[in-house]
Amino acid sequence: MPLLNTLPDYVLTTKTDELLNWMRKSSIWYMLFGLACCAIELMHTGGPRADLDRFGAVPRASARQSDLMIVAGTLTLKMALRTRLLYDQMPDPKYVIAMGSCASCGGLFQLAYSVCDGVDKILPVDVYVPGCPPRPEALTEGLLKLQEKIMTERWLVRSPNAKQVAAA
Amino acid sequence: MEALQILERVKSQFGDRVLEISEKKPDPFAVVDPGAIVEFGRFMNEDPELAMDCLSNESGVDYKDRIEVVYHLFSYQHRHGAVLKVKLPRDNPSVATLEGVWKSANWMEREIFDLLGVNFEGHSDMRRILMPEDWIGHPLRKDFVEPAQYHGISTVRESPIVRLDTKKK
Repeated sequence: MPLLNTLPDYVLTTKTDELLNWMRKSSIWYMLFGLACCAIELMHTGGPRADLDRFGAVPRASARQSDLMIVAGTLTLKMALRTRLLYDQMPDPKYVIAMGSCASCGGLFQLAYSVCDGVDKILPVDVYVPGCPPRPEALTEGLLKLQEKIMTERWLVRSPNAKQVAAA
Repeated sequence: MEALQILERVKSQFGDRVLEISEKKPDPFAVVDPGAIVEFGRFMNEDPELAMDCLSNESGVDYKDRIEVVYHLFSYQHRHGAVLKVKLPRDNPSVATLEGVWKSANWMEREIFDLLGVNFEGHSDMRRILMPEDWIGHPLRKDFVEPAQYHGISTVRESPIVRLDTKKK
């Protein structure tokens, strides 16, 4: 008789990794980071109609309290340096959503002298959301994709390196 | 007052220093002597018939053989406006600032300096206003060459459509 079947109904079992991931994905705090018109849709997504809050994602005003940076808008070269600085200030684990054409590839303005064509030139990007600007549904879908990605992460698996360290 | 009448009045005051007055069109302009631009500004601001109390726009244009600075003036009192232009050489373009007449010239002149490299003599704060302070060159100049990178960020455009387009040239 497996031990599991003897437990009462209110006891749930899972793997530690999955519990960690489930907690992480359910409290993605995103940084307020609107660079251009996409910020309007970002605000709309956080507002009552699309309500990103129901997935545990709430806006934070500080990079140091955020898990997710939603790059919403055209990234200029001048802003790119600041963006990198803010990204470096975020605590691990941290994620990036490139929202809209401009953040993904420079979009309409990619040939302008002042524009950096794509935030992936300076940061690792997890999810690209196409659109100009993406509708709140699209950004919500991007967040759900990010949640799927978070659920596949493995934190407690010992790396080969860790085994060597333990042996030594 | 009609814009052309305003310009004629300015010409009667300054004579030869008004180099050219355009024909009748929606926005007629006068090309004036760059050395006397502050006197022009002060006269048009203080003359009770003109009373140009607002410098509504100041902009720069690169015409490849010259650089022009364009002043759009407006009078709230009389509800009329006029346009002045100065032509400057492309090498080291320089003209006196109008900040002493209209304070709003400050930021607009900084923008012209930033994007076209026009130096405004006597300006209180001649710095870049839009581009980063360590930017090299003035990007709206026709001969502006984009640097290959900015602080390690490559400025080569990744889009395949753009690459096709550059191959054609």
